[in-house]
Amino acid sequence: MPASLFPPYEDLLRILPEIVLTIAGTLVMVLEPALRPERKRLLGGIAIAGLLVALWGTAVANLFRGPAFHQMVVVDGFATFFRALVIVVGILAVLCSIHYLQRERPDSGEYYALVLFSVVGQSVMAAANELIMIFIGLEISSIATYVLAGYLRDDRRNNESAIKYFLLGSFATAFLLYGIAWIYGAAGTTNLVEIRRVLSTPELAPPRFLVGVSAALMFVGFAFKVSAAPFQVWAPDVYQGAPAPVTAFMSAGPKAAAFAIFLRVYMTAFEPISNRWEPVVWLSALATMFVGNFAALLQNNIKRLLAYSSIAHAGYVMVAVSAHSEIGTAAAMFYLAAYAFMNVGAFAVVTHFARQGEKYVDVDDLAGLGHRQPVTAALFSIFLLSLIGIPLTGGFFGKFYIFKAALEAKLYWLTVIGLLNSAVAAYYYLRILVVMYFHEPGEAAQTVSPVAPGVKIALWASAAGTLLLGIFPSVILDFADRSAALMK
Amino acid sequence: MNVVNVLLILPAAGFLAVLLLPRSRPDAAKIAALAVSLAVFLLSLSIAAPVHGDGAELKFVTDVQWIASPDIRYHVGVDGLSVWLVILTALLTPICVLISWRYIERRVKEFYAFLLLLEVGLIGVFVAWDLFLFYVFWELSLVPMYFLIGIWGHERRIYAAVKFFLFTMAGSVLMLAAIIYLYLRAGTFDYVVLQEQMASGQLMLTTGEQLLLFLAFFLAFAIKVPLFPLHTWLPDAHVEAPSAGSVMLASVMLKMGTYGLLRFCLPMFPNAARQCAPWIIVLAIIGIIYGALVSLVQPNMKKLVAYSSVSHLGFVVLGIFTFNEIALDGAVYQMLNHGISTGALFMLVGFLYERRHSLEIADYGGVATPAPNLAAAFLITTLASIGLPLLNNFVGEFLVLQGAALVNFRWAVFAAIGVILSACYMLWMYQRAFFGETPEEVRSHVYDLRAREWAAILPLIALMLWMGIGTGAFLPPIQALNRTVLEQTKSNAEFLVKETPPRPPLRTENGAGAGRGLLNAR
Repeated sequence: MPASLFPPYEDLLRILPEIVLTIAGTLVMVLEPALRPERKRLLGGIAIAGLLVALWGTAVANLFRGPAFHQMVVVDGFATFFRALVIVVGILAVLCSIHYLQRERPDSGEYYALVLFSVVGQSVMAAANELIMIFIGLEISSIATYVLAGYLRDDRRNNESAIKYFLLGSFATAFLLYGIAWIYGAAGTTNLVEIRRVLSTPELAPPRFLVGVSAALMFVGFAFKVSAAPFQVWAPDVYQGAPAPVTAFMSAGPKAAAFAIFLRVYMTAFEPISNRWEPVVWLSALATMFVGNFAALLQNNIKRLLAYSSIAHAGYVMVAVSAHSEIGTAAAMFYLAAYAFMNVGAFAVVTHFARQGEKYVDVDDLAGLGHRQPVTAALFSIFLLSLIGIPLTGGFFGKFYIFKAALEAKLYWLTVIGLLNSAVAAYYYLRILVVMYFHEPGEAAQTVSPVAPGVKIALWASAAGTLLLGIFPSVILDFADRSAALMK
Repeated sequence: MNVVNVLLILPAAGFLAVLLLPRSRPDAAKIAALAVSLAVFLLSLSIAAPVHGDGAELKFVTDVQWIASPDIRYHVGVDGLSVWLVILTALLTPICVLISWRYIERRVKEFYAFLLLLEVGLIGVFVAWDLFLFYVFWELSLVPMYFLIGIWGHERRIYAAVKFFLFTMAGSVLMLAAIIYLYLRAGTFDYVVLQEQMASGQLMLTTGEQLLLFLAFFLAFAIKVPLFPLHTWLPDAHVEAPSAGSVMLASVMLKMGTYGLLRFCLPMFPNAARQCAPWIIVLAIIGIIYGALVSLVQPNMKKLVAYSSVSHLGFVVLGIFTFNEIALDGAVYQMLNHGISTGALFMLVGFLYERRHSLEIADYGGVATPAPNLAAAFLITTLASIGLPLLNNFVGEFLVLQGAALVNFRWAVFAAIGVILSACYMLWMYQRAFFGETPEEVRSHVYDLRAREWAAILPLIALMLWMGIGTGAFLPPIQALNRTVLEQTKSNAEFLVKETPPRPPLRTENGAGAGRGLLNAR
């Protein structure tokens, strides 16, 4: 009997988060024209509700572990981890956006639909087990993000940001697609597990050259998406130009999802040739850390500074990738979770402080914030200390696990250089603390308004997450440890 | 419940409580901080007696798991080395609250909150027996000190605060790498387990490994001590910090470095330590003389005291790396002495600053006339600092010099130059500031010690005398511990001193401590 046209219901449950998010996104689209501008914030509520249900859907899907849709997607711990992560980032981003959007562009609500669709794409990426699915997920996520980056279409910075992101992003995705084509030609399949089987069976193995080219082309695509050197050049401009809450979202969610597919492809399909790609990732990690940290030293615009810092942090995660072990994968997972909290938190403060038209985005504008709004400043300090890597914050344990994994993989030099890099990084984060606490309040701090409720929730939640991961890292790490063994 | 845990929890709770107090009631913050820190001090006294009996044994142990994988434990306890440093920290915190009472006027509650957080970090460093936990406290103590310097410091405070933070951070990241490496080799962060594994030969480090690990740890500690030529952050940080910050920095924070050397570097990597010892000793002696010479020409009182710290800490490092029991005892004793006498000096300089608002020696003169009691307190502290017999520093310096002379006479000769120079710069400063003509500004602004200031300085002066005369009350746990440490450094290593030179049966006026140590030097 031929297979039924309708897929078995377990398969549907395995993609429950994506289904929920798509429905919520469509609902937002449909309701948007019907609402008056002052009621558009309702859509934000719908988006959050949708994301929360999707989070529950992730938990449900996790009960039905295994491959679905003919091995196109797979629900394992790894997928669940990243799904939950991108959904949480989505919630935090929406919380930051509600007030921002009311202020900057009250007439439109598609924003929330775009965030939801972007999260759908990332969620697909997290669970994809097959190169075409990876590509589809990446495109869903990217296209929505391109639009978000240019959402305030009357703002020149937004336009520049969106155009750059779109052109360079499409170019990088083309590389990825080309890489997929090569490996399909070489191995005859796009399924990651199958590719691995073909590559590790001597009699089936295709010419090494073909596989190498494919891995290299795909590396270009992934490195672009995670903003790893030498494909990081777009990040500062795009992060600086995009609306602050969008930057918060972009720097955490899509990046985490991109690392998820990076890890899955390289740890599954290309693991048989790991000795070939490891030096490349090693070098890229090194360059990424250096470029990010040293360029950040010179920045005055806080969004640009955090953009370079985000490049540097991608470098630390690349260290974990180049360890190519399960411990390294778990460390990368933990780091990305910690990074999501601290970075979204930091950008939430920027969102709050920048005000109408993002007027105050220089580091010096923060002068005296510690005086004016001690609580906001204290929360910001927690994020900054975590980004530095001071104990009892998530950032510290993240670094600790990454460098532990690197030492275990005998990457001594990379560890030493990476740790010294993180000492350099302390300087530019400290600069923000210096301005905030040690300078007299300036004009910007004098006129700062109370924190909007959505941003406040996002700030407290991020701070709680950062500290929780710093004091009881086991809650996440144990899960990451168990999930790091990918389907092979 | 274990007292040591209370010593950590109480100031941490105090930190949160003070932070939550309303901003409009600064007095409440002061009183709360004083109450908490005094309670911590009184509680800390209770750990002295049990440890006194046997300093080598670890007492007041709590060992519970913090993180399952990797196995990180909350393992705390005190032994003969930690005990006095914990009590010193607990003693100085309430004193710092007292000396800041009037001086700190802006953001009062934050100041006291950070002071209490600093106390948590410092006590934590001295009681942690898990390497990871140690690192956590080590870094944690950095943050409050950074803010203390940066917010409440003098003109160049921002530069000083950032420099202080970056220097320490740069040193400690390599220590983190070394700690992780040790974990990967041994499968544990627990210091006691690590030592057992090393003693039983279960964990054997190759010469190269030992050297690199030693250097990674050593760099972190040497920056903190600070050892010449890594000392450049110290004058900036000490001068720019508010009085309380300078006191905590000089008295306790620098000891984190020497404590680390003695606790971790020597017992864990004895061969590497012995290999590097001659070089380190040279640096220590350069530091002793260089610090003293620079002090000699300082026009700024606080800077003078700061550079004298470089000189005094040189003695401690010299004592540690001679691998001689007498010198080791002296080094530990000197750690405490320096904490008390330099802490007192920074306080007294702070008192002068509160009155005259200047740190330049040239702005003072004849202070003894309007403020005789202040002058007397300053004189006793000065004499203690230059090592006058019957005061505390004499004991420490004497033991270090004696121990060093037994190993290599030249070291003692060069180091002794530092003692002579210390008399020069301290007495010269005292003469210029306290005697001679009394300028009008001094006469009108400088008043004598107030009751609150008496309360802050008296305990320290009493301790200077007590530690100078009654060495028997303090030395035994230190000696017991040092014997163990030396035992550990001898494992699979030939002793550097092939034979001790014949010595006449000499008796020092300083009685028990020195004489007893001498007999044990074998």
